[in-house]
Amino acid sequence: MDLVQLQRQLVDYKTSLYNEGFLDEQFTQLQELQDENNPDFVVEVVSLFFEDSERLLNELTKALEQQSVDFKRVDAHVHQLKGSSSSIGAQRVQKVCIAFRNYCEEQNIEGCVKCLQQVRHEYSLVKTKLESMFQLQQQILSAGGSIPM
Amino acid sequence: MVLGKASSSSLSMKSDEDVVNNNNNLRVLVVDDSPMIRKLHDMYLKKFGLEVQVAENGKNAVELFRFGASFDLILMDKEMPVMDGAEATKELRAMGVKSMIVGVTSLDSPYEKQVFMEAGLNYCFNKPLIADNISFLLQELNKNNNDKN
Repeated sequence: MDLVQLQRQLVDYKTSLYNEGFLDEQFTQLQELQDENNPDFVVEVVSLFFEDSERLLNELTKALEQQSVDFKRVDAHVHQLKGSSSSIGAQRVQKVCIAFRNYCEEQNIEGCVKCLQQVRHEYSLVKTKLESMFQLQQQILSAGGSIPM
Repeated sequence: MVLGKASSSSLSMKSDEDVVNNNNNLRVLVVDDSPMIRKLHDMYLKKFGLEVQVAENGKNAVELFRFGASFDLILMDKEMPVMDGAEATKELRAMGVKSMIVGVTSLDSPYEKQVFMEAGLNYCFNKPLIADNISFLLQELNKNNNDKN
């Protein structure tokens, strides 16, 4: 595939991520912060998000497996996940977190378990999509092109 | 600063350039337990020409002040381990710290925001901060600095 096609593919891909609600305006803000002095900023922040999320998902799994579930603890983890997902614009993850917190408040364990499944799913979707996007960007850069915004 | 030949230029008179350059002298402390958020806010603030330091929790922030550090602006997360944002804010105010303290939180309820404000905040914003929030804060900071002159 030639450079122009790659660039077009990237633009289309990004657009679809916004249209399907995977990313929102906050991600755009993130990209605008990147410059020649910090060319890997977006990738770095997103990597931190991945690390953070994986840790939180593990904590959530453990917390919900307990004999007697500590809902405050579960809520604290979801709260963090909500914060970090909204900070990078991972809208669908954020939305599940909102529902998740409601179930925590109700101390509804079934609801919480369901939400954990959902949030895992949404997280793995957005992770895959962001990784694909970064790969595409890398291909463009390697071909000597620049990233279309 | 140029000591010109003009007779009436007073040393305390500020030109437009000085007002813009004021940002370079402003020191900001970002207090948040999430490495991702610290990185994000750090980047935003550096873009505005500010000097940034970070702290992982409320206790570390308070200790910085105890050891004689000073900042013009503190961005304080609410939910942190060891010492949370509200407690840290109360301590700082009790220590006589007059710097601008701005709460940054993903707390949903207006009641919780109110409680946080009452700990001694100047303002409270939703996480994550966006460029507009920072512009606003800088305006306020520069206003305060100009009033002092």
